[in-house]
Amino acid sequence: MRNALPVLTVVGVIVVIWYIAAIWMNSTWALQMAERLGRDMEFTDLVVATMTQDRPLVAAPHQVVVALWDGVFGHAVTSKRSFVYHGFVTLEATLWGFALGIVIGVGLAIAIVHSRAVDMSVMPWAVISQTVPIVALAPMIVVVANAVGVEDRLLPKAIISAYLSFFPVLVSMVSGLRAPNQMQLDLLKTYGANRSQVFWKLRLPASLPYFFASLKVAIAASLIGAIVGELPTGAINGLGARMLIGSQFGQPLIMWAALFAAAILAGILIIAVGTIQRAADRRMGVAR
Amino acid sequence: MTTETVISAQDLSLTFETNDGPVNALKDVSLEVKKGDFVSFIGPSGCGKTTFLRVMADLESPTAGDIEVNGTSPADARKSRAYGYVFQAAGLYPWRTIGGNIRLPLEIMGYDRAEQARRVNSVLGLVDLAGFEKKFPWQLSGGMQQRASIARALAFNADLLLMDEPFGALDEIVRDHLNEQLLSLWEKTNKTICFVTHSIPEAVYLSTRIVVMSPRPGRITDVIESPLPRDRPLDIRDTPEFLEVAHRVREGLRAGHSYED
Repeated sequence: MRNALPVLTVVGVIVVIWYIAAIWMNSTWALQMAERLGRDMEFTDLVVATMTQDRPLVAAPHQVVVALWDGVFGHAVTSKRSFVYHGFVTLEATLWGFALGIVIGVGLAIAIVHSRAVDMSVMPWAVISQTVPIVALAPMIVVVANAVGVEDRLLPKAIISAYLSFFPVLVSMVSGLRAPNQMQLDLLKTYGANRSQVFWKLRLPASLPYFFASLKVAIAASLIGAIVGELPTGAINGLGARMLIGSQFGQPLIMWAALFAAAILAGILIIAVGTIQRAADRRMGVAR
Repeated sequence: MTTETVISAQDLSLTFETNDGPVNALKDVSLEVKKGDFVSFIGPSGCGKTTFLRVMADLESPTAGDIEVNGTSPADARKSRAYGYVFQAAGLYPWRTIGGNIRLPLEIMGYDRAEQARRVNSVLGLVDLAGFEKKFPWQLSGGMQQRASIARALAFNADLLLMDEPFGALDEIVRDHLNEQLLSLWEKTNKTICFVTHSIPEAVYLSTRIVVMSPRPGRITDVIESPLPRDRPLDIRDTPEFLEVAHRVREGLRAGHSYED
């Protein structure tokens, strides 16, 4: 529980700042309403008025919690108003994108480490790919997918997600596969090991700690990619679509709740990846 | 004792091209190592002793001269797994257990599982590490790790052991102990050992022959046949014979200007 205390302290501070921000930001509208009705406002009335608006500039924490609770537990999980339903839509695209990103990242890293030509030709493009804003690219991917006859949104979303998540895996795996030092390589040479044995017995196991470290970044990037893929016009399913609909159709509470639903989903995914990492560490004899 | 030649070097030279111009790591080095010899290479850093060992192991290629290992080129000797190499650092894979580390060369060389297990067991006994098979390297002391790395080099039963300052990073007490164990191992297995060191007592205590080298260019200045008996308790190092050999090594180093700046 000693680990929880610092985290809870930070959460407490954030909540306090958040409430202050909510009172401050929402007070303008509350005061205008009071003036229009010709009423005076005590400070306590003002605070209450800023906490209970249907369309606040900044939703108060408890409003978000209520909206989130309603979104998760207030509807059947198959309902279009359920965050569980939308969460699964986003999760599906995230996991496909994550898997695709890992395959692409690891595959390119292996090619880069084994071929100088690939290293020099592919690596700069991989870096450049990450400088293109994904919000600009996402609609194009969706439109192109649609144009070639892919009706389902899952594929373009997974591609956008993989576009973001392959990069951390690639960079880490290149470092990891190059981690073995000269002595370790010399040792295998004295055994007359061939290239594939060097890869399977030395490079790959040496790269695994790098791989797992990159997964935590990659899973978060995958989720962002999936959500961005749900933003372009026309999307109605997924947490990204819920956020956009909430903001465009005057339902800020839904937008805030969807945002937190996405954050919670990210937390769950990172914990899941961390658990896999610890299991792998134990298997590989890391001291714990 | 047979007189079979294991290593035969003739006018061996190796020049590294560096940014500061060529460096003569080895210059006209000639040496024969017979089967069953324990040969130490001693000299200050830069004298080419490690380079010489790496040439024998086909980890470096000479720029001039000839060298044969077991009557073939070092490359063929390496491919026929003629030698086991022990590095200065144990270099055990942290993700493999001690047993797994020793199995590594056996896996690469394609031994079946039963044979792997049998050999791991037998070499662990040789280096006094029986019972540590399932431990991970970080659970062992530095000396034990180095013993495990020697076991790894012994596992595939090569007749030649090339050791590059294997005990250089260990403290003197552990080093004494490992020297004693290495001698008894050599006695039991009748291997040929080439041993790089920069410790005079270690070289004299272990070797049947001591090759004194000096730097710039790296060359052999003296080859000393040890008069000490094969059976050597640790306290042989206090005898006049031992001190005399040590003195001659020091003289050889001095003649190679090893003590000058």
